Amino acid sequence: MKERLVLGIGDNLLDAVLGYLVVFIGLTLLMTVIVIVGKVMVAQSKKSSAKTEAAKPAEAAAPAATAPKKLAPGSAGDVKIYDTDPRDAAMIMAIVADKLGKPLNELRFRSIKEVK
Amino acid sequence: MLESLGKLVTESGFAGFFSNPDGWRNLVMIAIACVLLYLGIKKQYEPLLMVGIAVGCLLANVSSVFMTSDGSLPDALYHQQLWDNFLDSTSPYYHSYGHIMAHGGLIDILYIGVKAGLYPCLIFIGIGAMTDFGPLISNPKSLLLGAAAQFGVFFAFFGANLLGFDAQQSASIGIIGGADGPTAILTTTKLAPELLGPIAVAAYSYMALIPMIQPPIMRALTTEKERSVKMEQLREVSKTEKILFPIVVTIFIVLLLPSTAPLIGCLMFGNLLKETGVTERLSDVAQNALMNIVTLFLGISVGATMVGSRFLTLDTIKIVVLGLIAFAFSTIGGLMVGKLMYKLSGGKINPLIGSAGVSAVPMAARVSQREGQKANPSNFLLMHAMGPNVAGVIGSAIAAGFLISMFGG
Repeated sequence: MKERLVLGIGDNLLDAVLGYLVVFIGLTLLMTVIVIVGKVMVAQSKKSSAKTEAAKPAEAAAPAATAPKKLAPGSAGDVKIYDTDPRDAAMIMAIVADKLGKPLNELRFRSIKEVK
Repeated sequence: MLESLGKLVTESGFAGFFSNPDGWRNLVMIAIACVLLYLGIKKQYEPLLMVGIAVGCLLANVSSVFMTSDGSLPDALYHQQLWDNFLDSTSPYYHSYGHIMAHGGLIDILYIGVKAGLYPCLIFIGIGAMTDFGPLISNPKSLLLGAAAQFGVFFAFFGANLLGFDAQQSASIGIIGGADGPTAILTTTKLAPELLGPIAVAAYSYMALIPMIQPPIMRALTTEKERSVKMEQLREVSKTEKILFPIVVTIFIVLLLPSTAPLIGCLMFGNLLKETGVTERLSDVAQNALMNIVTLFLGISVGATMVGSRFLTLDTIKIVVLGLIAFAFSTIGGLMVGKLMYKLSGGKINPLIGSAGVSAVPMAARVSQREGQKANPSNFLLMHAMGPNVAGVIGSAIAAGFLISMFGG
């Protein structure tokens, strides 16, 4: 610990004013840093929200019908079923695959129609 | 048989009140401890610390009554003499924690945590983990109010010097105006440990009395029109900003004033634990278990320094008066800059949030809210006042850092 100091009025006042100024300057500088960081963050969030906004109308303009349908993983495509129960259609496809000795995802069935 | 009974009577603490030259002082301190217990329990003035301080005071004075013929206090929980030797550079036990461990009582050992500056820093980790700096980040101008409200610190420092205290003691007395208990304790421990008892009691008592000290000053310095100003809603603060804040503040403030490292570093560490979202368990421990344990140790060990022979002096009365002046002038400083901001902003800032710049969180902010609502019932100033309030914590840590670097070792 430093030796105990006894200050004269002048030094005392000077130290008090200096201390108050240091606190003010320190916090003012910190305020500046926080304002800058805040502005960068707000600008970034505005940028990202503007990107999202721009993407939205483009998505809305594109007709839903033209969007390619997502296929199930490993699938070879769609099959149109006419007057046939889906379970029967699945069974038929499985039998054909078995008879041909080929995995189902390598075969393409265009349509299955019950012949009456 | 009679001889044994006589020995028991003469060796009892009751006899010690009369045989020990400072016995009457211990008796007065026991009464003061009971008053503090009443204030803590019945009036709920900062009870978590006040009860601990009161019990520490009670235990130290009850156990210090009986002194043996060689002047030692074998049954005491706290030994002032050991700590006098610890601080005396001519003593063979100067800065010897080993001597304290070997000869000290329970509270002497707990007090090592105060002396080493451990408890205030650990409490700051807890405070950081409990503090939301969002209102300050969304309105950084709050920092100016936090700075302005340190006016009382330097005013009381100046006043204490005029009243005959040396620079180190004046700095410790002044920091009461920061309205931040752990900061006051850390500063006093480093600069003027002999004043720790009265300063801690004054700091915590006035913090509890903020709802009574501040409103008359707030009403005297502001007009009805100023108090009724409704402030605009604060912007939302992103998670990233909240995570960046403690890191930026630590780097910036500690580089600016290295002596603030223990307080600012721990405060921001606690806040980072809260904001990261990946250290929830640590944040929970800091806010609850750690905070409670350290508060327990801090209260009882600080209270134990209120030994009659040291506490019952004219200096204590001066400290109590200067502490009140420090609090009042801190409030005035915050309000005046608040009024300036009101003028500069064209009446958009309510000057009442300036008084919340004293760092008694969240009590000072609540007082601003209450006074604002009295002037305008649809006024909600709490979140606006929380900005200056948490800025005050940083401000008082910087003020303490300045005083320690100027007058400390």
